Amino acid sequence: MAAKREQEPITMDTFLSGIWRENPVFVMLLGMCPVLAVTNTTENALAMGLATTFVLVCSTGLVSILRDFIPKEVRIASYIVIIASFVTVVDYAIQAISLDIYNALGAFIQLIVANCMILGRAEAFASRKPLGKTLIDALGVGAGFTLALLCLGTVRELLGAGEILGIQVFADSFEPWVIMLLPPGGFFVLAGWLLLFAWIKERQNKRAAAGKEATADGR
Amino acid sequence: MSEAAQSQQVAPTPTSSLRLIGTLGVIALFAGLLVVSVVEWTRPIIAENHERALQQAVFDVIPGATQRRDFVLTDEGPVPKEDAQERGPIIHAGYTEDGALAGVALEASGRGYADVIRILYGYDPSCACIVGMSVLESQETPGLGDRIETDPDFLGSIEGLDASLNEDGTGLKHGIRTVDPGEREDPGDIDGITGATVSAEAIGDMLHRSADERLPQLQGHWSELERNE
Repeated sequence: MAAKREQEPITMDTFLSGIWRENPVFVMLLGMCPVLAVTNTTENALAMGLATTFVLVCSTGLVSILRDFIPKEVRIASYIVIIASFVTVVDYAIQAISLDIYNALGAFIQLIVANCMILGRAEAFASRKPLGKTLIDALGVGAGFTLALLCLGTVRELLGAGEILGIQVFADSFEPWVIMLLPPGGFFVLAGWLLLFAWIKERQNKRAAAGKEATADGR
Repeated sequence: MSEAAQSQQVAPTPTSSLRLIGTLGVIALFAGLLVVSVVEWTRPIIAENHERALQQAVFDVIPGATQRRDFVLTDEGPVPKEDAQERGPIIHAGYTEDGALAGVALEASGRGYADVIRILYGYDPSCACIVGMSVLESQETPGLGDRIETDPDFLGSIEGLDASLNEDGTGLKHGIRTVDPGEREDPGDIDGITGATVSAEAIGDMLHRSADERLPQLQGHWSELERNE
């Protein structure tokens, strides 16, 4: 069975499932700490999303390459060492690219190491699948995570400061909802997006059920 | 019981300890090499970024400054950083295009609302006043406490704030403090910010403590900082 699964071809769905059907934030509710903490601006959300994607792709790629070499008794310890190394790499890289972004993200870059989404992907996917499929899956999940962070970041920055990416959107008469930039704002906006996702999913399910009924009646 | 079922019940042989240690050792070695390479590669770039950020902050807090020289403040007065034998607080002297002293930038820090706030402020000896302030590090609440970096009334009242010394030259003539918005009375009063009371008061407090300690130390040594050679 496992061997059969490994032979499954890489399709567009391998990439897209991480963005929509298995979105780590909106569907699986993983990695909530950075999702709530660093999405107060679009720029921070994008930087955090890209940093996490980099760590996810590199570490799951390496786990996939070493999957036959790592004994299962020490697999979690090995994954953590691999993830921590890439987090250190990204930590220094961001410092070298922009000190402003580094200061804005603060300790949350180092905390990527504790993001359960990455460990989850390494354990559930990368340790069982070949490199190509793992990389495509990691890119999809990373894109889904970045997209979710951006969804929160843009809404919070727009309502909390009247800006997107530092560019003023609303007129001066707009009174910013400061609470949106504060931690409670993260919860409110996340709840809003989760409601939207649940509603879309329910509507899809209802349509599918109605379609099935119609086919059955037709017979 | 069939032979197949019996073989299924046999526990899998545990991996030898040597193999476990070896695997972790190889992975740790790889991780160490990766981290060391990246740290070594990015070190000069990061140092340059810090230097550029500091340079920009010094020029921001000393209007008219286009050149900078660092000094270490010792018991005998300021000594150029490159010649300094002992450690001490660093002061950044800013000079105009023609090399004249435009002011000095000093660092101060203190407890804010969320965490420690680090600031850099400019002092101009010709007017004995504070001429600018820039926040180097702050975790203050977005939209509230972080207005210490943007509020025009607050920042405006810091520019030109009296920081002259008393007659003995042992401390500030007028204490620096943050008061309620629009209620400035003394020359050392800073306009506070509604909604950022703690952060704004922290800035007033750290400016007072730093200026009250450092400016008397610099008194009588301004000629040593005078020209950028």
